[in-house]
Parts: sequence; structure tokens; C-alpha cells
Amino acid sequence: MTADLALIWPELILTVGGLVTLMLGTFLGDRQVGLYQLAALLTLGAAAVAVVALLGVNVTVFSGTLSVDAFGGFAKLIIYGASAVSILVAPRFFTSGMRAEYPVLILFAALGMGIMASARDLMTLYVGLELNSLAAYVLASFMRTDERSSEAGLKYFVLGALASGMLLYGISLLYGFAGSTDFATIAARMGGELNIGLIFGIVFVLAGLGFKVSAVPFHMWTPDVYEGAPTPVTAFFASAPKVAAMALMTRVVVDAMGPAVGAWQQIVIFLALASIILGAVGAIGQKNIKRLLAYSSINNVGFMLIGLAAGTQAGVEAVLTYLLVYVVTTLGAFLVVLQLRDADGNQIESIPALAGLSERRPGLAAAMAVFMYSLAGIPPLFGFWPKYLAFQAAVNANLVPLAVAGVVASVIGAYYYIMIIKTMYFDDKSEVEISGGGDIVEGTIMAASALWLSIIGYLFIPMLGVASAAAAAVLF
Amino acid sequence: MSGLPFLSLLLAIPAIAAVACLFVGDRNAKFVALGATLVNFALSLVMWSQFDVGGAQWQFQELREGLFGPFNWALGIDGLALLLIVLSTFLMPLCILASWEAITKRVGLYMAMFLAMEVVMIGVFAAQDLLLFYIFFEAGLIPMYFIIGIWGGANRKYAAFKFFLYTLLGSVLMLIAMIAMIAEAGTTDIPTLMSYNFPVDMQTWLWLAFFASLAVKMPMWPVHTWLPDAHVQAPTAGSMILAGVLLKMGGYGFIRFMMPMFPEASAQLMWIVFALSMVAVVYTSLVALVQSDMKKLIAYSSVAHMAIVTAGLFAFNQQGIEGAMIVMLSHGVVSAALFFCVGVIYDRLHTREIDRYGGLAVNMPAYALFFMLFTMASIGLPGTSGFVGEFLSIAGIYEASSWVAFVCTTGIILGAAYMLYLYRRIVFGELTKDDVKAMPDLNPREWAIMAPLAAVALWMGVYPESFLAPMRGDVTTVVARLAPAKPAGDAHVSAGKPKAAEHGSGHGEAPAGEAHHAGGSQ
Repeated sequence: MTADLALIWPELILTVGGLVTLMLGTFLGDRQVGLYQLAALLTLGAAAVAVVALLGVNVTVFSGTLSVDAFGGFAKLIIYGASAVSILVAPRFFTSGMRAEYPVLILFAALGMGIMASARDLMTLYVGLELNSLAAYVLASFMRTDERSSEAGLKYFVLGALASGMLLYGISLLYGFAGSTDFATIAARMGGELNIGLIFGIVFVLAGLGFKVSAVPFHMWTPDVYEGAPTPVTAFFASAPKVAAMALMTRVVVDAMGPAVGAWQQIVIFLALASIILGAVGAIGQKNIKRLLAYSSINNVGFMLIGLAAGTQAGVEAVLTYLLVYVVTTLGAFLVVLQLRDADGNQIESIPALAGLSERRPGLAAAMAVFMYSLAGIPPLFGFWPKYLAFQAAVNANLVPLAVAGVVASVIGAYYYIMIIKTMYFDDKSEVEISGGGDIVEGTIMAASALWLSIIGYLFIPMLGVASAAAAAVLF
Repeated sequence: MSGLPFLSLLLAIPAIAAVACLFVGDRNAKFVALGATLVNFALSLVMWSQFDVGGAQWQFQELREGLFGPFNWALGIDGLALLLIVLSTFLMPLCILASWEAITKRVGLYMAMFLAMEVVMIGVFAAQDLLLFYIFFEAGLIPMYFIIGIWGGANRKYAAFKFFLYTLLGSVLMLIAMIAMIAEAGTTDIPTLMSYNFPVDMQTWLWLAFFASLAVKMPMWPVHTWLPDAHVQAPTAGSMILAGVLLKMGGYGFIRFMMPMFPEASAQLMWIVFALSMVAVVYTSLVALVQSDMKKLIAYSSVAHMAIVTAGLFAFNQQGIEGAMIVMLSHGVVSAALFFCVGVIYDRLHTREIDRYGGLAVNMPAYALFFMLFTMASIGLPGTSGFVGEFLSIAGIYEASSWVAFVCTTGIILGAAYMLYLYRRIVFGELTKDDVKAMPDLNPREWAIMAPLAAVALWMGVYPESFLAPMRGDVTTVVARLAPAKPAGDAHVSAGKPKAAEHGSGHGEAPAGEAHHAGGSQ
């Protein structure tokens, strides 16, 4: 047992760091923003270093309930990075003073997500998921006095509880009919004949996980929560938990349900196509940029699920690459949204107010244009590459109709992305004077991600290929 | 000198200049753009002079493996690509000059978009890697979307959306086909794929997917409707580059991908191409005849000309394909020139309504002369570039199917009708309108654009051998590749009398050869 502890350094660091930050906040008060922000960032940094140090390891710990491997490591690095960005951008958003709970909650959420990405047992899966979710519910309603924020938190909690219920029901069925909560044992049982109980278990587990990745038809909470939550929190929701949930879903599908391809594949295909199409169509009428980005995340999850539906190592590699590129793009887009404030310092979220942004703030508009084209997957922007990998995995797994349907639906999605660009570049200036921004850290993150997503990203393909292949190989 | 990476340089110069344009301010951006495009043009001419006609099929090859993981930075050109690259680099400085005064807002961004466009065009023609090609092919949507949307006419937003989504929808299907090809052949190398024999039933699907993309780009009837909108709304230089080069990407795709890679499918499905081309030639010519908007008229005439290109390509013989290529090159020059002719008077009167003009021959004689020349070239008068291309391609089509040749020829007659009708309404007639009377003739800048275009149109018409020679070997390769699948034509041509061949061997082999074919078949 003590030997196992040495293998979960990232989780230990996050736990201790989170508690220390909490103490700092309690004893020093909310004014010491810099200090507890620094503590949280250092914790994440140290955890990331620990993950890197453990990258070569591939063992299970705590009686096979948790796996320490490159797959989890890959996901954790993205999760920690996204969490760090969410902490970095927060103080400037909460103008009335940031509260110490914010970085603490993010740290605990990151801990939960790390467990999700490493889970090899239905119980650890659930523990990680709930740790993340509980922190997320509080984060969504972080602006207590704001009605929309409270509503978002409540909505997220109620629907999240429902999804957890479904997931637990599915878990209980899987446990009941497979005789174990261990992924490997379940997979062995799935290799045999499937009975109705197992099939129901698969369906309910995938429904619960579908809720977490906000795949259609379990996406209803996403636009409301994204719109209502404070923008840094929305940026967080759109990035890190997506990675964790997608990684978890991949592990469950490949590790636990792997042999029962016929049972899960059609569900994943349905989720994928429904997400792509509804994510695209639903976004068209949106007037709020955060809601639009919510639909965009639904849409993008659909493309990741195409890679997952292939069920091959190449498919998992596509999912991992997609996650990284998607997180960079989404964080960049939300950073742009964070910069938009009117003369009184109020957050601007309406899309028509962006009209003529390219003349007021050319740099900001150019960065947003890069993010939008990248989310749409138009080459030469780097967002094209993961989409290509996902389609390639699908085609090579003989799922050509799925790839064709997905690629055609991606054109619908392109419509609203280029609509944002139209608003920024073609429309006459709106009356809203957009000020704010100019922060060096945020500017650097935006510029760096925009540059990476433009042509430069292609130079990283060999590196990404090696990393994602190493991570995906763990599952096969 | 031969060690110079010409193609990478051709791509790098405008790319760097595009970034520079964003930062140097509006006034300097013009000069940066003009300088970069002129240097690029000069460089492409040097490349042409070093191109070994009749030498290796692929020249100026560059290969950086592993740079992008599964696909490579592989460039290289054959004669077909060479000519299209030179066409692009030739038109670019003229486009920049054409925008010199017409564009007043956000000039830096405008010039950057045009230079990005140049990178994309050269990249498309020079790419030797399937994915690299796709990236360039698709990337062209972004600058063109901005060019139409920001600097276009009143209805520019609609046109920009239509252009973007229409062409994207076509392209994505091609992407899936490319993935399937890469999986089947195990390589992304275009020259290898060109000689790879795909299973016949697979070819049909791949062919249809490519066709979906390239037919939109071309554009072929009935998916041409984005083109009139895009042309009408785009600024003058945007139309010039759209008609001049972007449409050629479609034709290039046919000859580079669909025909050599899927020869059996091409033969099986040639009836689709022929049928659509025949409809397009007649239908769009008739539509052009009734337009009241100058740019729309020329846009429809582009569709008709491109239909002759597709029919010529699918004739599967030397004349047909060479003719189609010449039509593409000729149309690249002539339609760009015609759009510029429209731009010249649009800049003065700010309307594209044909009825608002009239009698321009009186107060703008130099303009009337150039416009006449380009009108004739568009109609295909002997001595101009249009004649060579149309004659060769129809001679080729005739070998394949006399009915298709018959219908395509009516297009040429209709072409004469709508172009002359346009010319008459704008240039001839009474000079009655006061604002039209006040229009000055060409200024030196406009002369500088018109003169090179006119010179090339005439050169191509008088001595087409300069343009036929570089591509001859490549066309022969394509024809040889298609030969096993080629269906028998209905023309039963014979080689002609030896005596005539001796007579013709002294000058311009290719056109003379064609004349014999046509003569022998009667």
C-alpha cells in the first residue's frame, strides 16, 4: 500500500496543495489574491511535474482500482494546464474581489478529474466524477448575488444528480451481471454472450458519461450552465472536465466494454452524429457568445466521439489529439470573450455587440477569427488536424458512412463560426464601445494559442503523434 | 541556380509579405504587396526558363519528410502546374494594381489577403502530397471569404457565405475520399497515386467524391450558382483572381487527380461530365444573354467556358486535354481582363448596370480598343487565345462524341452573341448620358494593367506553342494512362494523308496536327 502511494504523487500533491491553499484563504482573508493564486499554480505545476516523472510507468495501484499510465498522464497534463489558465484569468474577472475558494475548488476539481482519467474500476470512476462534479456545482454558482449564476449552479446540480443516478444505476447493473466493478473483469465477461442486464448497464453508463461530456441527447444543461456561470468558470467547464470525461469514457468503452463492440459502438455513433448535428443547428440562432460556444463544445464532442466510435488505437489517438487542440482553442476563445467589456466595465456577451470588432480591436478580432476557423476545422488552421485524424480512424475502421455524415454536418457547423467572423469583420461598428483587456498574461496566452493554432501547430504533429500513440497504446 | 528551392521561395515571399502588410500601414502595404508579387512573377519566369521541356515529368522537386508526421512537405511541378503557377504570379501584380485606388479601407488587411491568396494558389499547383494539396485547396476559402465579405458590393455578406459554404461542402467529401485513398495505397505521394491502380468499384466512389468537390470549384452546372453571386459582389481584383485562377483549381483537380487516378471510373462516368457540360454551355450562355449586370454576364460566360474545359478534358485525347488547358489559361487571362474592363468603368460611374453606359467609344477610345480585343478573345476569334483553346478542345471532343462537339459549338456561337451584345450596349451607340460623357479614358495605371493582359492574349493566340510545349509530355502521359479505359468515340478519325503531314511539319506541329485529324474525319 505504501508503495502505491509513491505512484500517485500527482493526486497527493493536489490534495495537500488544495488544503494548504484553503488554509491560506481562511487565515489570510480574501485580499491576498496573489498569494493563494500562486499557491494553487505551484500546486498544479508540481502535480504536472509528478505526472511527467511517472509517464513511463504503467501499473495499477490500490488493488487494481486506479491505473498509473501514459494515457492518464496525457489527459492529466491537459487538465492541469487548463485548470491553471482558469485560475490565471479569474482575478481580473471578479472585479469585486476574488474569493479564496475559487482556486481551491479548481484544485479539488482537478484532483477529481485526475482520478477520472486514471480510473480502472467503476467505484474509483464514480468517486472521481463526483469529486469533480461537486466542485463544479459550486463553481457554477460562484457569483452568489448573480441570478443567472445561481440558476446555472442549481440547474447543473439537479441535472448532474440525475445523470449520476443514471450512471450509478448502470454501474449497479454492470456489477450485478458481470460480478465485479473492475474494468478488466467486466471486459472478460463482455467477451461472452451479452444478456439484457449487461446491455442495460452499458446503455445507462454511457448515458451518464454522455451527460458529463455533454453529448446529445444529454446536453440540455450545457448552454444554460455555460451562459450563467462566470466566464472563467465557463472556460474551465468547457476545457478540463471535457478532457476528463472524454478520457474516462474512452477508458470505459475500450477497457471495460471493449469486447462488446456491437453493443457500445452504435450508441457512440448515435451520440456522435446527434451531437455534431444538434450542436451545429442549435448554435445558429444563438445571440449570446457563451451559449454559442456551448453549442460549439457539443459539436466538437461529436467529432471526438467519431474517433472513439472507431474503437481502434488510431481512434483513441485522434480523441487525445482532438482534446488537446480543442482545449487550446476553447480556452483561447473564452479568453477573447473575457476581454470584451463595455465602457462601464460590464461583460459583453451578446454577439451583435461584436460588430466591427476588427476595427476597434484588430488583434483581438484576428485571434478570435483564428479560434473560430480552427473550431470549424478549416485548414490551414490546426483545428483541421484532429478532425482529419478522427475521420481517418473512422474510415479505416470501415465506418465510412459515419465519416461522411460527420464531415457533411461539419459544414453546418462552419456556418455559425463564419457568422461570428462576419460579425467581427463585415458588419459596421456597433454602438458598444469595447474596452478592457490589455493584460499581459492573458494577451500572451491568447497570442500563443492563436499562433500555435495557425500554421505552426503542424510542426508539432510528429511530437503529438508520438505522445498520443504512447498514451493510446496503453489501452490496447 | 538550379539548386534554388524555387517553389518554396514562391510560397515564402508572399507569405512573409502578407504578414508584413498587416503591420506597415496602409500606404506602405500597397508597395510591399506590389513588390512581393512582382518579385514572385520574376522568379516564376526564371523558373519557367529553367524548366526542362521534354525532360523529367516532375521538376523542381522538394521533399522534407517527417516535418508534418504522416504527410510531407513535398513540392514539385510538371508542365501543367508550371503554366498555372505562372498564370497566378502573372495576374497577382495586376490585381494589386487594379486595387490601387479602388480600395480605400483597411488596405493592409486587403493586401495581406491577396498575398495569402497567392500562397494558396501556388501551393495548390505545386503540392505533391495529397494532404498538403488539400490544406492549400481548402485554405483558399479563408482569404476569399474576407475579400468578398469586407470589400465587396452591397450584398457581399450573402455572397461570401454562399461562396464559403458551397465550396466547403464540396471539398469535405473529397477529404473522405483522400483518406480512403491513403488507406488503400498507403502513401500520400501524388505522383505515386497517379500510377496506382485503385480497384474499379472503389474508383467510382472516389471519383464521385472528387467530382462533388471539383465540380463546385469549377463550377459546373447545376452547382455554379455561387459563382455569379461571388463575382458580382467581389471587388474587381477579387473577381479577377477568382475567375483567373481559382476556377482553374477545379480543372487542375480533374486532370491531376480524377483522370489519372481513377481512369476506369472516369471512362464509366464521362457521360455525367458530358451531359452537365452540354447543359452548362447552352444554358449559361442563354442566361448570360439576358443579364443586365455586366459582372453577372461575364460570370455566366465563365461557367460556359469552364464547361468546354470539362468536356475537352473528358474527351480523353491529346487535343481535347491540351485544348482544355489552353482554354483555362486563356480564360484566366481574358476573364481577368474583362472583369478589369468592368472595374475600370465601375470605378468611374459606380454602377454595373449595362444600360447606364453607352457610347464609350467616343470618349474612351483606348478603353474601347482593349475591351474589343478581350471581347474577341472571349468569343474565340482566330488570332486570340480563345480560338486556339476552343478549337483544340472541340476538335478533341469531336473525336469522342460528335453530338457533344455539336452542342459545345453552339455555345461558341451564343458566346459571340452575348459578348458582342454586351460590347455594343456599352461601347457603341449614342453618347447621351452626361455622367458617362464625363468619364476620362484610361490612366497610365490602367494602361499598365491592360497592356500585359492584351499582349499575353495575343501571344497565346498567335504562337500557342510556347504554352503547348511544356504541357505536351504531361498530357501524353495522362492520355496514355487513360487509353486502356477509353471508350471508342463515334468520330472514327483516321491519321490523314501523309502528304499533308509533311507540309505541316515545318511550323506549329500541334495545331497543324489537329487540323488533319479534323480533316481526316470528314
